[in-house]
Amino acid sequence: MSAPPPAAAPDTVLRLSGITKRFGSLVANDGISLTLARGEVLALLGENGAGKSTLMSILFGHYVADAGSIEAFGRPLPPGQPRAALAAGIGMVHQHFTLADNLSVLDNVLLGSEPLWQPFSRRSAARARLLEVAQRFGLPVVPDARVGDLSVGERQRVEILKALYRGARILILDEPTAVLTPQESEALFATLGQMVAEGLAIIFISHKLGEVLRVSQRVAVLRQGRLVAQAPAHGTTQAQLAQWMVGHAVERAERRPARQVGAAVCTVDDVHTGGGRDALHGVHLTLRAGEITAIAGVSGNGQGALADVLCGVRMPVQGQVMLRGQPLPAHPQRLVAQGVARIPEDRHAVGVVGDLPVWENAVSERLGSRWFSHPWFTAGWIKRGRARQHARRVAETFDVRGGGPDVPARSLSGGNMQKLILGRALMSPEPASPDTPRLIVAHQPTWGLDVGAVRFVQQQLIDARDAGAAVLLISDDLDEVLQLGDRVAVMHGGHLTEALPTQAWTREAIGLAMAGGIPGAAGAGQGLGAAGTEPARDMS
Amino acid sequence: MRLEKRHRTSAAAYVAAPVGAVAFTLLVSALLVLWAGAPVGRTYALLAQGAFGSVFALTETLTRATPLILTGLAAAVAFRARLFNIGAEGQLYAGAIAAVAVGGMHGGTDLEWSPWVLFPLMLLAAALAGAALLLGPALMKARLGVDEVVTTLLLNFVMLLLVSALLDGPMKDPLALGWPQSVALQGELELSRLVTGSRLHTGLLIAVGLAMLLWALLARTVPGFDIRAAGANPRAAAFAGVPVTRTVVLVALLSGGLAGLAGAIEVAGRTGYVTLDMSPGYGYSGIVIAMLAGLHPLGVVVAGIFVAGVLVGADSMSRAVGVPTYIADVIVATSLIAVLVAGLLAQYRVRWK
Amino acid sequence: MTELLDILAQPAFWIATLRVATPLVFGTLGVLLCERAGVLNLGIEGILVAGAFTGWLTVYAGHGLWTGVAVAALTGAGFGLLHAWLTVGLALSQHVSGLGITLLATALSYYGYRVGFPKVNTPPTITPFAPMDWLGVPILSAQTPLTLLALLLAPLLAWALYRTPLGLAVRMVGENPQAAEGQGISVAATRTGALVAGSALMGVAGSFLTLSAFNAFFFNMVNGRGWICVALVVFASWRPGKALLGALLFAFFDALQLRLQQSGDAWLPYQVYLMLPYLLSILALVLVARNAAYPQALMKPYRKGER
Repeated sequence: MSAPPPAAAPDTVLRLSGITKRFGSLVANDGISLTLARGEVLALLGENGAGKSTLMSILFGHYVADAGSIEAFGRPLPPGQPRAALAAGIGMVHQHFTLADNLSVLDNVLLGSEPLWQPFSRRSAARARLLEVAQRFGLPVVPDARVGDLSVGERQRVEILKALYRGARILILDEPTAVLTPQESEALFATLGQMVAEGLAIIFISHKLGEVLRVSQRVAVLRQGRLVAQAPAHGTTQAQLAQWMVGHAVERAERRPARQVGAAVCTVDDVHTGGGRDALHGVHLTLRAGEITAIAGVSGNGQGALADVLCGVRMPVQGQVMLRGQPLPAHPQRLVAQGVARIPEDRHAVGVVGDLPVWENAVSERLGSRWFSHPWFTAGWIKRGRARQHARRVAETFDVRGGGPDVPARSLSGGNMQKLILGRALMSPEPASPDTPRLIVAHQPTWGLDVGAVRFVQQQLIDARDAGAAVLLISDDLDEVLQLGDRVAVMHGGHLTEALPTQAWTREAIGLAMAGGIPGAAGAGQGLGAAGTEPARDMS
Repeated sequence: MRLEKRHRTSAAAYVAAPVGAVAFTLLVSALLVLWAGAPVGRTYALLAQGAFGSVFALTETLTRATPLILTGLAAAVAFRARLFNIGAEGQLYAGAIAAVAVGGMHGGTDLEWSPWVLFPLMLLAAALAGAALLLGPALMKARLGVDEVVTTLLLNFVMLLLVSALLDGPMKDPLALGWPQSVALQGELELSRLVTGSRLHTGLLIAVGLAMLLWALLARTVPGFDIRAAGANPRAAAFAGVPVTRTVVLVALLSGGLAGLAGAIEVAGRTGYVTLDMSPGYGYSGIVIAMLAGLHPLGVVVAGIFVAGVLVGADSMSRAVGVPTYIADVIVATSLIAVLVAGLLAQYRVRWK
Repeated sequence: MTELLDILAQPAFWIATLRVATPLVFGTLGVLLCERAGVLNLGIEGILVAGAFTGWLTVYAGHGLWTGVAVAALTGAGFGLLHAWLTVGLALSQHVSGLGITLLATALSYYGYRVGFPKVNTPPTITPFAPMDWLGVPILSAQTPLTLLALLLAPLLAWALYRTPLGLAVRMVGENPQAAEGQGISVAATRTGALVAGSALMGVAGSFLTLSAFNAFFFNMVNGRGWICVALVVFASWRPGKALLGALLFAFFDALQLRLQQSGDAWLPYQVYLMLPYLLSILALVLVARNAAYPQALMKPYRKGER
């Protein structure tokens, strides 16, 4: 169901003309021209790297365009100054929230709204105004709460209020639903409706095609820096959008169900981890050979802790994890030696050591083994020849491009870096051991990758499963979970539901579980008692 | 002003950077020389002559370079692991005192063992003393997150006072006529001269040898990889299985040990006993040397000789021309900043927005 | 024990405490301002030397005492500007840049002193600030104007940080520079301003040493006070009120150890007493380490446009 067409004779509030931006030899934006009308919701679509964020950053003044101009409300916008954009009535809700955890909600909203040379900050007047704006748009907040203590949904409300408090008439939302449950996304859409009713114009960046068609009146698609299509949302299909985004017809990948599910490879038994928001509270899970077990859920509900435990980076404070009948080794390198392939969530910060060369990163988790180094009492001399040879094999087999084995790993693109990490995890160096690992722990493996790289990674996981590996896939992309998973479990608040076959779930049930409700798959068995489920809670 | 990364750093830029830095430094110090009322050209000539202009000058420079190379290595290995050891000065003194404690002539309570045993034991004691001093701050950083810059700095003052108390009391040389210095080292433990008639001793060979060993360790071994990885990105290193706390301890042992050895080798090669002024800031200079060398162990040897040359040259130049010796410190400090800036400019272009 | 009480009963002890505390208050507040904006300023030790030298030199050259303080502040501000260019403009390592400035400022000061006074063995003196007898308040009357300024500065800085828009901007820049930039605040300008102002305070701290506490400039007169200020900021959890308390507490123990040393019971070598200030600082750091609510962007370089 898409939004109704806008009222007759809209006036243009924003006009971008011929925006071009280069970063070295990369052309991020190439002659883009767009208009936005009052009370309109324009969706900006494109793959990762298509230039959406760059364009919006130029609009908001974080970057200066190399060519082109911007007009807001009929007046030219001085480039490169967020202050000018704010003064012109443009507000931006960033994808990664720009909030200071140690300060209060009021402090975060108040910043910059008063002249710097004013000797007194009028806080009580500001507090009253903030509450008034919050109520008008249906975004309840507590002004004196410390931002670091708020939930993700609440933080997003503060982020939005920052713009609304400053009187923004044009609002840019950069992937706002990436961190929300389906129900929280609904609340956001209601807020958007309220904003449109008040006459705001909205630019909505997303890569979720269904959402885009629902919420917007018009869509604009960027591909490789160029504007390749503009169309009203009403009457456009998701397939058409996908084709514009990628440039050619995209077949929906076929679901390939598991052929032969084997014995349990890894069991997680009543595992609790330490305090903090991302902790586990009694998780049970069984991972079987030849099967992909996918875990859905909004990031920050314990997925990180679960992945850390299975990757050997964190010890549970209670409970046990068994790998092929033995307790899970506490040491990452011993885990790897036993055939566990690990793909971490953050490839830049955790997956590679950016300053070190590619070849050292390719063997980093196996350096302690006899294959790559001499024993420690002979100073642990590295067998360089073997290490470099294995690195070369990995790069060739997994098509890692970007300058050779000696360049620092941080110079690789996201896709190539992920391929390096994948190859490092999946390829075994020693002729004796099989190439298929026994357990694969993949945490957000396709995040931030373009369609080609996403297909590659997903195919690798499916192939590994078919060769007999047990695969754990943690993803906040519900489509990916439903497409790849043979069994699906949902994570919320450190609890994991039982892992049911994918067909037994409905999107609504998963959404409910993601928010903490009772997971009830339509028509599925009701024996969910002791497996870590919870009674329904009020959605905050 | 904005920085934009260059997509390709030419080889020319890598050479131009240090050259530009040196030129800038010479310009700044020239201004200071003029302020002192001395002729610039002659001053620089005397500086160069005093550093490298004769066999005597050369041996003096290399003698001064020996402890500097060692403290430079201490700083380099620590900074590689992002452990900012500013306490090399105190660790040097700790090593010196420990060396004399083991190998000194205590008048009756000497350890009368063969020098073949005593000498390595003395060096080991010195290294352990230096390492012990750094271990506290290092663990405090690893476990408690206490910034090690301030703790190592403060320990320098503590250590110096401790040495002063020891020299006034238990380790005082009764033959020194009231002058605060320690008992002397046993004669057989002193390092022999490399060039007869000069002060240059075999400690230089030890220093250069250690530089080469450190390079090999960092570049070619697993512990070296652990150090580099933990310094560059501790989270990613831990994910790959690098034992981060154990690596921090290793780095502390190496860095503190090298600084301690600097103290022992100074005692064994140059002075023969410990005094309160035996180190004119070698620990701090070591940091500058490490930065100038880009934290590369072999570069430390070159940078150490350079800084030693400036210090020695300034001493002899000052006697002739009257420009205060502190010009050397200005040159060293300025060259540090200049090298940092030049290195950055080689990689980034400056854009005035 | 009675000896301790004897010491505490003498007004001279408290007078000395306030005098010892003054440079620490200025220095600590200076570091606090820089760190609140997200920049570690390890140049403080050198700036203290430079402030002491230039302040003293100005008065020696015949100018007034307050002119000397102003010159010292300007000297500090100048080095602050250099540090800002290196760390904010060029995004170099804050540790290395700060240490470089300490080395440079110290070397330049000693060099300048030797150029101006090549052959003196006893440092030439000047007439320092006189005590404020006109105040009529015990203990405070025996202090010089700079001490009064220091005591007033702490609440002033607290008010500026927490109650003005500029103070909020400084704090935000130290917590999340992207957030500040997104609200139209220039991170570079704010950090530079905080560095310049904080370093000026450090310069004033240095001038107190030569224009008030002592009356001449001599080598090694700073002796680690700058590093103690850096430790005190952590101890104070980056709050001006606690910084003032911390400096006073520290000065209390420092003055105490001096008196104990002088009272002659010397069952400990005097060096142990001298060690106490440094050991106390380390202890303070360890004690507060777990709870440190430090500015979250401290020591992370911010390159505009790189996200």
